[in-house]
Formats: sequence, structure tokens, C-alpha cells
Amino acid sequence: MDNRKLRFHWKANAFAWLLLLPSLLFLFLFTFYPIAQTVKLSLFQADLATAVPVFLGFDNYANLIGDEVFWKVMSNNLWFAIGTVPTSIVLAILMAIYCNKALRGTSLVRISFFYPTMIPMIAVANVWLFIYTPQYGLLSRLMKSIGQGDINWLGSPQYVMWAMVIMVVWKEAGYFMIFFLAGLQNIPPDLYESAQVDGVGRWTVFRKITFPLLMPTTLFVSIVALTNSFKLVDHIMIMTKGGPNNASNLLLYYIYESAFSFWDQGMASTLTVVMIGVLLLFAALNFFGLDKKIHYR
Amino acid sequence: MRLISKMSNKTIFVSLCLMLSITACSNNNTAPEEQSSAATVSPSSSAPVNEANNEEKVELTFYYPIAVGGPLTATVEGMAQEFTKQNPNITIKPVYTGSYADTAVKTQAGVQSKNPPDVAVLQSTELFSLLDMDAIIPLDDYIATEGGDTYLSDFYPAFLSNSQTGGKTYSIPFQRSTIVLYYNKDLFQAAGLDPEKAPQTWDEMKDYAKKLTKDGTWGLEIPVSGYAYWMLQTFALQNGNNLMSEDGKKVMFNTPENIEGLQYWSDLAKKDKVIPEGVTEWGTVPSDFLEGKTAMMYHTTGNLSNVKNNAKFNFGVSFLPKNKSYGSPTGGGNMYIFKDIDKKKQDAAWKFIQFMTETERAAQWSMDTGYVAVKKSAYESERMKKYTADFPAALVARDQLEYAAAELSTHNNGKVIKALSDPIQAVLTGSMTPEEALKKAQEEADKALAPFNK
Repeated sequence: MDNRKLRFHWKANAFAWLLLLPSLLFLFLFTFYPIAQTVKLSLFQADLATAVPVFLGFDNYANLIGDEVFWKVMSNNLWFAIGTVPTSIVLAILMAIYCNKALRGTSLVRISFFYPTMIPMIAVANVWLFIYTPQYGLLSRLMKSIGQGDINWLGSPQYVMWAMVIMVVWKEAGYFMIFFLAGLQNIPPDLYESAQVDGVGRWTVFRKITFPLLMPTTLFVSIVALTNSFKLVDHIMIMTKGGPNNASNLLLYYIYESAFSFWDQGMASTLTVVMIGVLLLFAALNFFGLDKKIHYR
Repeated sequence: MRLISKMSNKTIFVSLCLMLSITACSNNNTAPEEQSSAATVSPSSSAPVNEANNEEKVELTFYYPIAVGGPLTATVEGMAQEFTKQNPNITIKPVYTGSYADTAVKTQAGVQSKNPPDVAVLQSTELFSLLDMDAIIPLDDYIATEGGDTYLSDFYPAFLSNSQTGGKTYSIPFQRSTIVLYYNKDLFQAAGLDPEKAPQTWDEMKDYAKKLTKDGTWGLEIPVSGYAYWMLQTFALQNGNNLMSEDGKKVMFNTPENIEGLQYWSDLAKKDKVIPEGVTEWGTVPSDFLEGKTAMMYHTTGNLSNVKNNAKFNFGVSFLPKNKSYGSPTGGGNMYIFKDIDKKKQDAAWKFIQFMTETERAAQWSMDTGYVAVKKSAYESERMKKYTADFPAALVARDQLEYAAAELSTHNNGKVIKALSDPIQAVLTGSMTPEEALKKAQEEADKALAPFNK
């Protein structure tokens, strides 16, 4: 009996592995192998000064600790995440609730909320570049019409991050809305009906029914939003090149700079490992932390 | 690109449209080209000899960037076709590769994956990086066959200075520029200034800019993002010295002269309030000028044709104002031939370079773009003489070459430039003084250069 069961398992497993093989192959080739190579290269000095990479051990990591720009970039990224993640989630929930309720022109409302997500980031960056242009940009004209002074949004270290955050929230909120919309439509209507019978207020309904039942979605979205905030780079390339004086430089752009402007492959790999570490941390938070505290049903 | 020239009346949108179309073009162009170049490298090098004309067919991949406004892809592609017409055995595949930075990335990624372009226009300052990567060949043997020093002497020495190191010549100047001062004569008149006389000295400049600054119009704009080091070089050269040694191993950022220059620049923004505060975008400065939002601008002469075609007012071009002397760094791109390719291809690439920099063609290219013709003889050609008689502004950049010097180019160039550009931005945004900034720049650059001084 045992023997037969084992053989059966072996057969079923082999079939499963066979089905998985093509994907595994690509996963290995394009994900695990490059990660391993990156980790390895992060231990080497591989830049323009060295024709053949020189083994350094953890020197690259030690150098990062003394690198002002690295810390600037990390704190920028932190502020960028704090600025974009909660805002876009709150906005997404509000939009989803509105979309869910709107009876007339539902699709129009949904499309207009989702529209920014469909535009490629490079195009978005170019449009917003125009909005933020001093003197004749849309925002400048608006400021002038209400009697405010002209601000060089992208050229001032104190405003550039805000400008980026606003743009990214505009772009991302619609995307997250889709998840919340799906979440909302999964909530059984009888809960709302009984709440209505009991005469519960709208805010209480949201607080006691809607929001708790949206928690799994919120968690999922917040992880996606957090990782996104570390992965964004295209808009910086177009709009600020990380400037002025690194005020809008983010981790991925710094990796790009190290690799393709300084040609410092070793340091770029080290930074990439740091980024993988950060992203893994978010994933771990999902799996081992918050996930257990959420009631799925 | 034709679309752009149609739209060019609405100059507010020019920079925006250009950027959008560039992204579109690069997406369309690069992917198939890269594939085809990958596919052709090995077969063509071992291809059987064509018995009909006893010469092998050669196909060259040619990377080129565009850094100024105007429909230049069409011009370059036309030139490549013309070359094939004259040399039926050599096909040029021009690949438009975006900005200078994008082109450098694509080229060097190709070099590292052992699949470089055959010939490319790259910033003249890439010299040391390309040498450190062992990516390019010296051109001295080819130059010798064209007449050696006599051949080289037709090129302007200021342009060659970024091509040469250690007694060898590694690249041929192609789309070269200097920074010039553009000014709006109508606004000069309105401010009671002589429209035929641009400011000559730093003091005059400040004075003029003050008179020209009105509500909604700046007196002067100096682009910062991407080119802060280049603009600082103007002040450094006007104050006596360049920023680096000839071998690219040392930089002299932290000198009293440079501090004075940076102080002058930041004072224009912070004290005199005649240029916008903060960091001004390279690409928006010409649109601001064309829209009359600034009365004067520092910009590359490569934009001359763009300004000429789109300005709805009278404009003038002049030398940058001087302090101790006139001065401007040169800029722009040179043509390089790559190393790990077939000898046949290298020979063909040299032929192509000769073709692209021929006297008459250099003259035409200069007229089409505003770039300085790289050869002296180009200015002696009939068409150029005719053109400059009607439009003397086209001669300003060339005449300024007498005071021009090499653009900042060192080993580890990307890092050295960032070491200088970041602190300059910090000064212009008010978080550092010029002394602090240049001291920091010097320290960072010394660190970046240390491995090359062992």
C-alpha cells in the first residue's frame, strides 16, 4: 500500500515537474542566475580602472556606508515611499467606492480614473515636465492667476520631491483602484442590507464592514505600491536626472548611474543587492507579519 | 521628424514634441537595427569574395546621437545613402541612438558584449573611457595615408584637442560646437540698449541683464541640468585656465579663479536676480529664448539653425563675455572606429568618416545645423561664403575657436563630471558656497582619479 502510494506520488510529481520545467528554466536563466552573478560581482572591484575585476570581499559594502549620495538616495526613497504609498491607497479606495456606487456613466468614471495608468511612464513624464515648466507651464500659469510667485518646481531641491510624488500618485492611484474595485465587489451585499435594516451610519458601515473586508486587498496593494516606489526610474531620467544635487535621486536611478555613467559594475551590483534586500524585506513582511493578522473571511 | 518642422511655429511645444518623437523614434529604430547588426557581424566577415567586382560587400552599423533641435535624422540618413551611392560595396546602417548619454550606454554595452557598432559618433569627451575599455583604435595609420600632419592641420586645433592623447589621434571631429551668447535684439532695443552690441565683459553682462530683466522676462538664462560642468568651464576659461590636465589624470577645480567664476554665476541668480534661481533645464532654455522669456542665453552653437528658423524676432550671436580673456569649451561629437571588428570594416569606416567630413559636406552640415564646420577649408568653399555673407552669425562660433579649449574629459569621466556638477547645483540652489562646493568637487574627483595616478 505504502509502496504504491509512493510510486503514485513519484509519478504525479514527475508530471508536475515536467509541466513546470519550461517556466523554471526561464526563471533560472533570467532571474536566479543573474541574481547570483550580481551577488558575485558585488564582491569585486569592476570599474574603468580595472581591466580584470579584482576581488574585494565586502569592501564595496563598506564603501557604501561612507557614501553620502547613497544615504541621500535611501532617504529620498523613504520619503518617496511615505509620500506615494498611503496617499495613492487612500485615493484608490475613495475612487473605488465612488466607481462602485456611480450608477450612471460607470464606465466613463472608471476609464477616467484608470486612464493615467495606461499611458507609458515616459509620456507621462514628458507631459508633467510641461506642467511643471517655470513661467509658461500649466502650474506656473495657475499660480500666477491666483497671484502667487513662480516656482521652479523641478529645479529646486525643496520642491522637486513633492512634484515627483504628486505625479506618481496621479499615475498609480487609478491602477490600485482596480484592485479595490474587485475587492468591493467581493463583499457580500447582505452585510450591507442588514446594516441598513439596523440603521447603521455610513461611516460606521465603512469602518466596521467595508474596510476590514478590504484588508487583504489593502495589504496586497501596499506591497505592490512599496516595491513600485523603489522600482520607479523612468520619470527621473526624463525630468530631473536625479537633480538638483541628488535631491530627486532614487535607488534605481543611482544604480543606473553607477552602471552606465560611471561604468562601475562592481558598485552597481552592490547597490542592486541592497535593492533586492529591501524588496525581499517587503515580501517577508507580507508573508510572515501582517498576513497572519488579517481575516480573509 | 517632418512633423516637427511643421509644428515649429508653435515653439512652446517644440521641446515637448521633440522629446516625445525622440522616444518614439528610438523605440522604432533601435530594436530591429540591433538585431540585424548582431546577425550580420559574423557572416559578413567570412563572406565569400564577390567575384563580379572582386570586392566584398561590407555593411557598417553607424550609431549617432542628436543633441540639438531640428530634423537631423533625415539629414544623416540622406548622407549615409549618398555614401552608398558613391561606394556601392559599402552599406551604412545609421542607427539613431538618442542623446549623447544614451548613445554612450548603447555603445559601451555593445563593447562589453563584444558586439560594438563599427563606427559611431560619441561625445568627444568619451575618449578616456573608451580607451580604458580598450574599445577603439588609433587612427594615425589612416591619417598618414591621407597626408598626415597636412591632413590634420585642416581641422581646428581646439576640436582636435579632445581627440588626442599620448601623441595619438583617436577620433575625427564631426558635429562640434562651442557655447555662444544668443541675444534678442528687439528686447535690447526695448530696454534702450544698442541691439548691435552684445555685452563684452562680465560686468557689462551683469549690467545688461539687469536692464533686460522685466516681469515675465529674464535677462539671461544659463542651462544647468546635464551640462553644469560645461557652463562652469566657460567661466573658468574666461578667468584664465581650463579644469583638467591634458592626460586626463588631474583636475584643477578648486582654484581662486574658478571660485570667482562660480561666485559670479550664482550672484547672477541670487544677488542680482537676473537669471532664474535653481536648476534650469538644458532643453527648455532655447524654447524660453524663442518665446521671449529670456533676453539672452548661453547655449551651443549647434542650436543656431533651430533659433534661426524659429525666432520671430531679430536676434544676435556673439562671443561669451570675457573676464581675463574670452573663452569657451568646445563640445559635441567625434567619430570613432571600433576595435573588435573586421579590418575590412575598419577600412570602410575610415572611408565613411572621410566622406562625412569632406570639405563641402562639412560646410553643408554646418549650414543645416549650426554646428561649426570642423575643417578650415569648409569656410573657404563657395556655398559657405555665400551663406555667411547673408548670415554672419554663423561665423561667431568659428571665430571664438581661437579662445576655445578642450571640453572637460578625464579618466573615469562620468564620476568626475558628477563630482563637479552636483556641488555646482548645490551652489545654484543655495545650499553651498562656491568655496565649499569646489573644495568638495576637488576631493571627490581626486578620489575618482586616484586609481589612474598610481
